[in-house]
Amino acid sequence: MEELTAALHSLLPEDLVITDPVRLRTYECDGLTYHRATPGVVVLPETAEQVARVVRLCNDFGVPFVARGSGTGLSGGALPREDGVLIVTAKMRRILDIDLDNRRAVVEPGVTNLAITEAVRDQGYYYAPDPSSQQVCSIGGNVAENSGGAHCLKYGFTVNHVEACEIVTPDGDLVTLDRMDPGYDLLGAFIGSEGTLGIATKITVRLSRAPEAVTTVLAAFESLEQGGEAVSAIIGAGIVPAAIEMMDALSIEAAEAAVACGYPAGAGAVLVVELDGPAAEVERQFTRLEEICSAAFELRVAAGPAERAAIWKGRKSAFAAVGRISPAYIVQDGVVPRTSLPAVLAAIDRLSAEHGIRVANVFHAGDGNLHPLVLFDDAEPGAGERAEVVSGAILDLCIEHGGSITGEHGVGVDKSRYMPKMFGVDDLDTMQLVRCAFDPRGLSNPGKVFPTPRLCGEVPGVRKGVHPLVESGKAEQF
Amino acid sequence: MTLTGIGVTVRQAGPDDAVGGVLPRWVALPESVEEIAALLRACAEQDLAVVPVGGGTKLHWGAPPERCDVLLDMCCMNAVLEHAAGDLVVRVQAGATMDALAAELAGKGQELALDVPSGAGSTVGGTLAAGLPGPRAFRFGTARDLLIGITVVLADGTVARSGGKVVKNVAGYDLGKLFAGSYGSLGVIAEAVFRLHPLPAERRWVVAEPALDEVPAIALALAASQAEPSAVEVDRPDPDGPLVLAALVEGTAAEARARALRDVVGGGEVIGQPPSWWGRVPSGEVLAEVRFPPTATGAVLDAAAGAGTALRGSPVAGRLLLATDGQLAVSALRKTVEDAGGRVVVLATPDSGVDRWGQISGLALMRRVKERFDPGRRMSPGRFVGGI
Repeated sequence: MEELTAALHSLLPEDLVITDPVRLRTYECDGLTYHRATPGVVVLPETAEQVARVVRLCNDFGVPFVARGSGTGLSGGALPREDGVLIVTAKMRRILDIDLDNRRAVVEPGVTNLAITEAVRDQGYYYAPDPSSQQVCSIGGNVAENSGGAHCLKYGFTVNHVEACEIVTPDGDLVTLDRMDPGYDLLGAFIGSEGTLGIATKITVRLSRAPEAVTTVLAAFESLEQGGEAVSAIIGAGIVPAAIEMMDALSIEAAEAAVACGYPAGAGAVLVVELDGPAAEVERQFTRLEEICSAAFELRVAAGPAERAAIWKGRKSAFAAVGRISPAYIVQDGVVPRTSLPAVLAAIDRLSAEHGIRVANVFHAGDGNLHPLVLFDDAEPGAGERAEVVSGAILDLCIEHGGSITGEHGVGVDKSRYMPKMFGVDDLDTMQLVRCAFDPRGLSNPGKVFPTPRLCGEVPGVRKGVHPLVESGKAEQF
Repeated sequence: MTLTGIGVTVRQAGPDDAVGGVLPRWVALPESVEEIAALLRACAEQDLAVVPVGGGTKLHWGAPPERCDVLLDMCCMNAVLEHAAGDLVVRVQAGATMDALAAELAGKGQELALDVPSGAGSTVGGTLAAGLPGPRAFRFGTARDLLIGITVVLADGTVARSGGKVVKNVAGYDLGKLFAGSYGSLGVIAEAVFRLHPLPAERRWVVAEPALDEVPAIALALAASQAEPSAVEVDRPDPDGPLVLAALVEGTAAEARARALRDVVGGGEVIGQPPSWWGRVPSGEVLAEVRFPPTATGAVLDAAAGAGTALRGSPVAGRLLLATDGQLAVSALRKTVEDAGGRVVVLATPDSGVDRWGQISGLALMRRVKERFDPGRRMSPGRFVGGI
């Protein structure tokens, strides 16, 4: 590590290499704070070429590297390696080009998600994926995680809105992956690979035209079941809203305590439904929506941007708000087919009662993406463990119902142990083929996504001796 | 060498089974994922090369295979396995035709928003493997954007799946992205899961004949319109003749929105049926796909006129198909298009000397992917980019 650090110092200006232990510790975790590791060394490159050189140095020394954007990830994808280099893209935050005629913007990876929209909003455009951390999260991190957001029900995820990426491959080569190019869709494979296939250094995103009309509705129901029935009826009516969000009584209580969002008192569930598109279409869909939500005891329609923001305020503050009603909590992220929502919510209720652990439910109801907040008191012996059990059992429920262990937070270090429950050995081995094609030495964010470190072997054919990791029993030959 | 005794129906190949002029020895007709796996294991043991085929509508696309022992015909795997209407998701075998799938989904008021440019007989697997976008890709994206799960069989018989049955899912690598548009060169697509959309309440087309030099500006204005067209296509069958432009509006209030678009175009009529050429691959022995940034529309239209080809496609999505029964001067066309920021791919040509794909930044990585998935080069060898 010392030799590598010396080499990094000769490669980069003094202030771009961090070795001071106190400063290193500020990078010890991302948004998932219960996994921590102090990075061996941190670099803050300013150019793609510098990223490439750092990666090549890591190759020369056989040292792993981890990329980090703003560090807001919730699955530990940017958890550093004590024996490795943390490459932070925070200094690469220029918007390089905005081309409204071609509906494109070219940005560096450290640019925040919201900064892109802010740069084009006045011209009537925006960048569609909107993770709740969009004020701070970086577009490079969005690419790594294939981030979604409340509006991906209608508009899709990061992978549907990125046209090209310049990447530094795990070997240290600069390569451009472009949707326009013929050949394998390596761009599609790269996006969402959680930093295991290389580092994005320049990203071309697609900009969307702002809709002519937006109507945001808050519907309050006496029970979660009624809310769920309304969601099914909306989808059944052939309406694809921009967003359908649901909160249960406990999360409403938390949001009320934290931000006084003023949601209707006594609601067992609130739905936030946003319709957008051509004005004539939105108008007709809204009429239909009013009929569908006839069971709601209160229906509020935002009259303008301020009222829309007020409706969203409670929903967007929900994660942080549960801090007001619980000393500690786990944010879970799982997906079930939308039609399984009632059964899964009932099962979560049973789990909650059985273990004496409260669960607040906040979810993207339109696409079946649950964010149960598992509440516990970390001062109470055993409570954390019981919360972990409940949190894990919720993922098992998602798998049982044909869903997914993560809809948008990623696998990272947090959920790699669940991957063998969702996928078979052959599925995971086949995914490893992609890993081995990009990163045969396993240096790019190792230990994330996949449960067991596997080695790639030579291609094709002849093997050159036994790898030390295999010999020591720490890995198996692939 | 033999393929008997593995439990898969196999027949001797005939002249009609040739792939790009290369005649296979056998045609295999598997009826399940397990049968595909058994067949590919047997082929691996005997080093037999395999080309998967669906409806065969695009079998003449891509380079001829370096070798082809077995044509793997997916026609027997044509079931719609699961239509979860409430979840807007369908799971389907790859040999099902897109028409049959559409009919099944329409029964529940839904559709897979994926156009089928190569027409009747096209299968789910072939549509995925060729990955040619249709008009509505402008709004809904291409096959890879609507595919949420896939089951594939690799050259060694390994059955693997990725994704799942929910739209929102970021667990693991997305193999569907790699297999969509892979021309059968990584393995066999056995099953696919798609996200669906409700069938639109109404559809209207605005059809006009603008002057050629007005098309780029009209296209940009249509793309920026808040009336939200699902597609904008142009058709010019004769390189010296008139050009027809058509814009599609889908959903509620389609008529009013179509009239708004007609104002953007500056004239034309609003009709309830597509023009006859809508969403079809233009005919010609040589077929090329040009992709370009929308602002290069003018340059690409000029280049097509200069090349003397018919053209059809989307100026808003930046994708045009050029077709001719004559010669296509590929290098000259490619130079002009690449200078304008675009790419040219020759999808079909009888001329074996043509560079079909052009330069690709990621080719070295693509070769490494191919080496990992198919180290024996048995899956559609030579068919795809860089002779992969």
